[in-house]
Amino acid sequence: MTEPAERRLLTPEEYRQAQDSPEFTELRRRFRRFAFPMTVAFLAWYLLYVLLSTYAPDFMSTRVFGDVNLGILLGLAQFVSTFVITHLYVSHANRRTDPIADEMRERLESHQYARGTGQTGPDLGKKGATRA
Amino acid sequence: MPETVVLAADATIGSPAVNISIFGAFVLVTLVITFRASRNNKSAADYYAAGRNISGTQNGLAIAGDYLSAASFLGIAGAIAVYGYDGFLYSIGFLVAWLVALLLVAELMRNTARYTMADVLAFRMRQGPVRTAAAISTLAVSLFYLLAQMAGAGGLVTLLLGVTGEAAQALVVVLVGALMIIYVLVGGMRGTTYVQIIKATLLIAGALVMTLWVLTKFGFNLSSLLGDAQSVAVEGRDVLAPGAQYGASSTSKLDFVSLGLALVLGTAGLPHVLMRFYTVPTAKDARRSVVWAIWLIGIFYLFSLVIGYGAGALVGPERILGAPGAVNSAAPLLAFELGGTILLGIIAGVAFATILAVVAGLTITASASFAHDVYASVIKKGQVSPNGEVRVARITAVVIGAISIGLGILALQAGLNIAFLVALAFAVAASANLPTILYTLFWKRFTTQGALWSMYGGLITCLVLIIFSPVVSGAPVNPATGLSPSLFQDVDFHWFPLNNPGLVSIPLSFFLGWLGTVLSKEKPDLDKNAELEVRSLTGIGAEKAVQH
Repeated sequence: MTEPAERRLLTPEEYRQAQDSPEFTELRRRFRRFAFPMTVAFLAWYLLYVLLSTYAPDFMSTRVFGDVNLGILLGLAQFVSTFVITHLYVSHANRRTDPIADEMRERLESHQYARGTGQTGPDLGKKGATRA
Repeated sequence: MPETVVLAADATIGSPAVNISIFGAFVLVTLVITFRASRNNKSAADYYAAGRNISGTQNGLAIAGDYLSAASFLGIAGAIAVYGYDGFLYSIGFLVAWLVALLLVAELMRNTARYTMADVLAFRMRQGPVRTAAAISTLAVSLFYLLAQMAGAGGLVTLLLGVTGEAAQALVVVLVGALMIIYVLVGGMRGTTYVQIIKATLLIAGALVMTLWVLTKFGFNLSSLLGDAQSVAVEGRDVLAPGAQYGASSTSKLDFVSLGLALVLGTAGLPHVLMRFYTVPTAKDARRSVVWAIWLIGIFYLFSLVIGYGAGALVGPERILGAPGAVNSAAPLLAFELGGTILLGIIAGVAFATILAVVAGLTITASASFAHDVYASVIKKGQVSPNGEVRVARITAVVIGAISIGLGILALQAGLNIAFLVALAFAVAASANLPTILYTLFWKRFTTQGALWSMYGGLITCLVLIIFSPVVSGAPVNPATGLSPSLFQDVDFHWFPLNNPGLVSIPLSFFLGWLGTVLSKEKPDLDKNAELEVRSLTGIGAEKAVQH
């Protein structure tokens, strides 16, 4: 790994250039398009469960099989949905956002966003080399 | 989440000698490891962030070790054993909360911060005021959490180690405090991390053994386990349906919704949880560690569902409530029922070790926040060597240790409700920290004034609403004990009906953050905003692991 102290620091201008670049706009869009709606969805599903448990106890007591009722099953479903969302997020990050982030980090480290080198990356999907 | 730990003076269960020796073995092993870990501690990054050399998997275990407090283990199992379904609801809030951390906070914070939460919050604001506010709320959250653990330790030893009497319990709190100071002082974040990893492994293994044992007794049939638990439940109580604990009135229902909100939004604002993300080399490792933490914590709570209903069915709520630790004794009693003295000893030792690991994590967070945010950045304006900063952090750890020993003894003797302290810590984290974290990361226009209004507004609202809630005064007297569950007996100055302030304070804090921003004349620092945004999403400029 390179010694951090020896690297030239990035200038505010480089950060502004990088922020305005199409690949960063795409990276931010992909991140937010997944994270924001998913957060709204799991919070809504959790609050629905809390509200049902609090204000509709009779509904939640509906037996499904044996002594297992709807409340217990929906509670277990919260566990399942948490595990599933975790998995979905990781695979989204691996496939959709990490490649752009890795690519951009490489370019930033070699100061490709400095003034005058305003070219933008054509190889968005190419997976950047992982760091040591 | 436990009820008040009842400090009864009658007999313990099992053999205190076995319990103490298993706990002693844990202390010995972790101390040796802590001393070995300390040989690698050279820099500030070592002390605060374990040199950022902890792997994602290790950090996931350490997060689980940090998060699964004695409250999680004994409290949730006990609440399920006695109240059934309502106890289960707690664990769901504690788990789902991790998705907020995973999707919105963990990686972005890892990419932009050095040592503390304030590093991110102050990034594009005026440093002094924002760092001070963040340090105050970090100290508030950590102190409430610490108090709960210290008070819990005293209650636990009555049950598990056979120590009775106020003086002896106070001595135990001193012992726990002294051990925690040694872990933090000697081992720094690396030593603390190892203690948490060992504890998480033991705790989850112990819970797995008990879960399988219970399931074997019921032929791996969930329905017959639930049926048996219902058949011995407290008369007239349906432990399989919601409402046994919170369904009494419209106020208690609203209170539960408030608690649920604080739980799900609190985790991602807990400073000691955030600080764990800085111990890994990259954002990808931060992600990996949250994924591990979610699986471990989720599976653990599924175990506690079986353990809780198992304790209800096999031990019975009457024996649990009659035992010295009341609700908190469900899991130890079940261990004794299943595996006799040895299994009880193991579970007791693990439960006690749990407190040590959690308090060590809290102490290092609070000391880092004071040394890094207040001393180095605000008082010394950055003119301090990293070694000087770490020395202050170590002194702060001793001071915080001493304060929490003192307050812990007071809380223990006042019989302070642990659930209240932990829920308060979550409510403060969700109101004072989370809105500012999210605005800072995702809202370009957010300003210093918005951050200060949101943090101080959230913190003050939380504290004021708690002081004037039934938790502190005026809760109706319980006919069984003749005492009010409030902190103060015989006075009533409460006007806020809910025990948990989250339902009011969290939305208010979000609103204040918005209002403070739109009313401020300050222009947002667009350069800093560009740097924060690019760094948080790409990881450029992130702090690197220390090479030894």
